[in-house]
Amino acid sequence: MKKCFISLAGLQRWLNVLIDTQKHLYAPVNKGAKVDFGRVASADEIVFDHIQTTQSAKSVAFPRTDVLFSYEKEKGKVQLENADLTAYPETVVFGLHPCDAAGFNPLGAIFNWDYKDELYNARMERTVVITLACTKADEYCFCTSVNGGPGNTVGSDIQLTPVKDGFLAEILTEKGEALVKADEAAFEADRGDVKEKYLVKLPEKFDIKTVQEKLQTAFESPIWKAQSQRCIGCGACAYVCPTCACFDIQEDAHGTKGKRLRCWDSCGFALFTLHTSGHNPRQTQAQRWRQRLLHKFSYMPDRLSVRGCTGCGRCSRACPVDMNIAEHLRSI
Amino acid sequence: MEDVLIEKKPAIAGNSFSGELQKTANELLQSGEVELFIGYEEGTRFPRPCFIASTDEVGKLIFDDRCTGNLAVYLTRKDLIGDKKVGITASYFALRSILRLLTEHQIQLDKLVVLTVSAEKEVIRFATTDDITAYLQTAPIPVREDDKALIEKLNAMSREERWEFWSAELSKCFKCYACRAACPMCYCTKCIVEENRPQWIQPWASTLANIEWHINRAMHMTGRCADCGACGAACPLGLPIHLLSHQIVQEVTDNFALDVNQAVSGDNALSTFKPEDKENFIK
Repeated sequence: MKKCFISLAGLQRWLNVLIDTQKHLYAPVNKGAKVDFGRVASADEIVFDHIQTTQSAKSVAFPRTDVLFSYEKEKGKVQLENADLTAYPETVVFGLHPCDAAGFNPLGAIFNWDYKDELYNARMERTVVITLACTKADEYCFCTSVNGGPGNTVGSDIQLTPVKDGFLAEILTEKGEALVKADEAAFEADRGDVKEKYLVKLPEKFDIKTVQEKLQTAFESPIWKAQSQRCIGCGACAYVCPTCACFDIQEDAHGTKGKRLRCWDSCGFALFTLHTSGHNPRQTQAQRWRQRLLHKFSYMPDRLSVRGCTGCGRCSRACPVDMNIAEHLRSI
Repeated sequence: MEDVLIEKKPAIAGNSFSGELQKTANELLQSGEVELFIGYEEGTRFPRPCFIASTDEVGKLIFDDRCTGNLAVYLTRKDLIGDKKVGITASYFALRSILRLLTEHQIQLDKLVVLTVSAEKEVIRFATTDDITAYLQTAPIPVREDDKALIEKLNAMSREERWEFWSAELSKCFKCYACRAACPMCYCTKCIVEENRPQWIQPWASTLANIEWHINRAMHMTGRCADCGACGAACPLGLPIHLLSHQIVQEVTDNFALDVNQAVSGDNALSTFKPEDKENFIK
């Protein structure tokens, strides 16, 4: 790992060089009253002073709608064409916080559980992750409760920490090093900045070990019904989550040709587990809420050795009825 | 927590009317007249819905100007309510939704105690639908200041500009259906977007598929929408989708011989013919 210093002007110059070399740069930008990831044409569009973007950065590797293959029927024959993975753009995602970068770990574990998902992997191979360590947090943040932290470097190729007059840059991977080479002169010698001094101090909201132990025997607990009463069963929490990976397969058919699509889905929807027979193994919102929490904090750690939560707090910010996940975990 | 740089939005100082309400809820639960009381409690940043089944919990009930979420959405939730006798603190717009749900035979007033808290801090209990209608006609309509500027902007746009505006906004939608889930009038057990034989609406997220969804929703709301804004408030992306149905309320008022209050208590504008309906759109 190499440490450098970079000024804001230097950073913008470097990012503009990356844009000029045909890389797709995604970064936090103003979208109405909210800040969210968007493709930027110039580094000066990037927003730095927000706490959290509305959505996570997962769509760079797991877009909301993705073409798996296309097909065409002609004279009794079917022509199939796989998605062209070589056409995926070289992508740089900038300005995501450590909780989002950490999210690529569970996401990757799901997409490589048994079948190696070529689409996800091809997109990740072409993606470089530049995180921005957190100097502030809000009341929804709880990364420190799920083994993360405001300066956690898991999943980052480069991490920048805002320091006096610029940023401390930690170049963490070969991918990161290669990206620095695009405009090496923008980077200056390390000034000896102490990273921890600048990071927000976020106390733990719950003890994750205790929570996970309790969940082992909580399947039949009345708490799920009590907690989920106000849940209205939308998919906002899942769609803004950096680790939620459930998808639906749909068909965009036009006569004799069409495309097969993968699109986001959510375990919070009643339709999610509805069988063709009409039977639904998760008939109530309480069962669906239980599934959400157990999947993230019990099944994923058991099966994939990763947790399905990085403490970004987005689900709680996005929820129309304030299903605050940290509060719910604490009350189990 | 002192040295933590945690940003917290200050709670808006609302006019708190909680005391009387707690007293009334307590009486209703104690007498057994109500088995479940739906109200608001303090939340992380804003008040949130709460469900009270015992008198021990009435202390957390609040009602103030910040309580804008439409609680009527829970009245059609069978898994939550079942056959229970239910009490509800209804905001101005929730009262409109309750009238509409009654008209559409989705709820029954004999199992429902509808309360509101007036601007004079009085807890009002409604005995009949006429009482609710009368209250709505005299109570001031809550104004959403945030919307005013955008409504003016939309009204000043040409059709082409409006199409551009909505195409850009709706292209961002990722179809989490928070708008549908937050809406008291979206009580269908199977939504049109879930129909796949035939598939009326493309269920994935893309600009065209999103526009299909939101236009369909707006049409289904026509003449039924309480104009509560819950759909827009629920949108995690902050898309002003509530203005689609808000603008339609005006269209209905202008073209279907219904005023706004009547529109929520009378017949469904798009499935009812009246001789007074204007026909000037037929060319």
